[in-house]
Amino acid sequence: MTANLPLITRDTSHTISLLVANKPGVLLRISLIFSRRGFNIESLVVSPTLDGRFSRMTITAQGNPAILDQIIKQASKLVDVVHATEHRDQTAVQKELALIKVKITPENTSEVLQVVQHFKALTVDITAHSVIIQATGSTEKLDAMMEFLATYGIIELVRTGKIVMARGKEKT
Amino acid sequence: MTKKTLTGAESLIRCLEQKGVDIIFGYPGGAAIPIFDALVDSKIKLVLVRHEQGATHIADGYARATGKPGVVLVTSGPGATNTVTGIITANMDSVPMIVLCGQTITASLGKDAFQEADVFGITAPIVKHSYLVKDANDIPRIVEEAFHICNTGRPGPVLIDLPKDITGGPSTASTGNIEMDIPGYSFPTTGNKKDIQKLASFLKHSKRPLLLVGHGAEIAGASAEVKKLAETLNAPVVNTLIGKGTFPENHPLSLGMLGMHGTAYANKALARCDLIFSIGSRWDDRITPGKIERFCPDAIKLHIDIDPAEINKIVVPDASVVGDAKLVLQDLLPMIEKLNTKDWIKEVDQYKRKFPLTYKKTGGLKAQHVIDELYKLTKGDAIVTTDVGQHQMWAAQFFKTHKPRTWLSSGGAGTMGFGFPAAIGAQFGQPKETVIAIVGDGGFQMTAFELSTAAIHKLPLKIVVIDNKYLGMVRQWQQLFYDDRLSGVDLEGNPDFVKLAEAYGVKGFRIKRAADVRKVLAKALAYSDGPCLIHAEVIKEDNVFPMIPAGGTADEMIIDPPKIKLEKPKGST
Repeated sequence: MTANLPLITRDTSHTISLLVANKPGVLLRISLIFSRRGFNIESLVVSPTLDGRFSRMTITAQGNPAILDQIIKQASKLVDVVHATEHRDQTAVQKELALIKVKITPENTSEVLQVVQHFKALTVDITAHSVIIQATGSTEKLDAMMEFLATYGIIELVRTGKIVMARGKEKT
Repeated sequence: MTKKTLTGAESLIRCLEQKGVDIIFGYPGGAAIPIFDALVDSKIKLVLVRHEQGATHIADGYARATGKPGVVLVTSGPGATNTVTGIITANMDSVPMIVLCGQTITASLGKDAFQEADVFGITAPIVKHSYLVKDANDIPRIVEEAFHICNTGRPGPVLIDLPKDITGGPSTASTGNIEMDIPGYSFPTTGNKKDIQKLASFLKHSKRPLLLVGHGAEIAGASAEVKKLAETLNAPVVNTLIGKGTFPENHPLSLGMLGMHGTAYANKALARCDLIFSIGSRWDDRITPGKIERFCPDAIKLHIDIDPAEINKIVVPDASVVGDAKLVLQDLLPMIEKLNTKDWIKEVDQYKRKFPLTYKKTGGLKAQHVIDELYKLTKGDAIVTTDVGQHQMWAAQFFKTHKPRTWLSSGGAGTMGFGFPAAIGAQFGQPKETVIAIVGDGGFQMTAFELSTAAIHKLPLKIVVIDNKYLGMVRQWQQLFYDDRLSGVDLEGNPDFVKLAEAYGVKGFRIKRAADVRKVLAKALAYSDGPCLIHAEVIKEDNVFPMIPAGGTADEMIIDPPKIKLEKPKGST
């Protein structure tokens, strides 16, 4: 008698980790599943694993949780997908890396460098007019840092997108 | 003497032979010549079709009628793209199929070479799996995997794209003792015991249970188990369109097809049941309303499916089991007992008596009359294929299906042009059975050129063209919901189908009057010197009832033609 779909909830952000066969066409198949159900992929990281036959994909996407459950099942069904799971903050370490090019003037350079230090980031390139900052951490930390740096003027931004690893004995 | 090195194509054909393939439906082209060449020395029968779409539907019909994968062989580019409709048809209805495509040489891939199409990319969303072969030594493994994947778990089409330098070049890999490399592929077999117990517990208290049998039960070969379940519980059974035949529709507990054009008594039972138990049906939108919370709101829902992604997709069931329907039912049966359904059976029997499927034999020739007579003459002992539209629904209603794998119809994709070639495939697969293609004048003309294929091979199939000179189902909607504003539905200019058949060397029969139906059909059924076509010129304006307007619930079923204008269906097509 409870057999109704849960009420449509608002879109939320999700992190999905997939262990996939290291073969051409896998990315195409997975992205088709997301796009068919109206999910917008925000970031996608594909990287090698210890075993050369497989790759790791970490996808962050916005969408309805009920649909996401379906997407994970459909992705798991793909022949080239060994497994797919959603990771939440409590159960996994989630990190990303950003390169941020910020405008500087002789007057505010030391101030900007203080911000960099505060967020435990690094300067990896510096000219008279700009500095490239390398920052790692949670998405929230990088967002906060960006907000801070925006006051000085961000010229360019590159973020890797989130990667995750399950804590303790759990497999990612 | 040194062993002769095989070409990729020879290796491919040898592997197909080892997989038990004895027939291939194909159409050649430049990029596929090495494969066709290798077939010359093979005992595999090559059937040359007249269009690649035909090849896929023929292979599909072959697969549905036999349970074995149908094999298609086409060339690159347009040859491959012509298979797309057939691939999606097979995919939507979970039909095992192998599609072998020629491809331009690997060095030219992505360079807009002659007859190059990225068929891997084009078909990615509509296949169960696919391969682009880059190394001829991978061929044995890929063939092994493709056959395993296409016909295990939830079946589906697998495409293999074969560049010409790969099929033409040497392949030194052994074609024996082949190891698969698909660590990501697994499929459920038996269900989880606890889940099955939960199903059983719900089945103990129902007063008005209803079993819903889908195509999944047919694929699993669960006929005997479904029958035992129905009889043990003493529960009535409804089936989906492509679930026809798994539970015999002439069984006293059968209510026939439910859904948009299902029987009134099936839909009445659906509206009244306190428990609905889907066995291999995916709650398709032809049987469930657009607003799913309105679907049997007070009934317990149970679901068995081999595809985990079907659980909770449309209906969130009270209990579900992921597994093969046959194996799950075998485990479930010892846990259940007869229910006290006397009153419920009495109630549905009343619906059967009060709302039977009817038609009038007066007022011109009726499609229903032709189909009903076909059923009576064959006593239901035939493989029936259909196209898509009004004739399909009438066939589903009036041609009761008694056995599994004898009702072949494009359900999910709703592909016009499917019926006739599917009958060719069914006849190749089941040469001793009576095969009848019931098709409309619209759909038949989409693949009618396969008359050559049927004629050359002297297949004794019967093609019944229900010709109302309209695209009747669309016209029905326009009449009911669009103020009778007919648009793009008049098939003026239809050929004389008897003459068309004769042009291909196919025997033609004609029915124009209701009085002739039985006589002509009997003659056609007795005709065995190759295929024959029966051109039934039925009345132009007749509509299919009962009807649940798209998106509606079983309560909203219209049993007789409405006298008032209906509102446009909302929320579904």
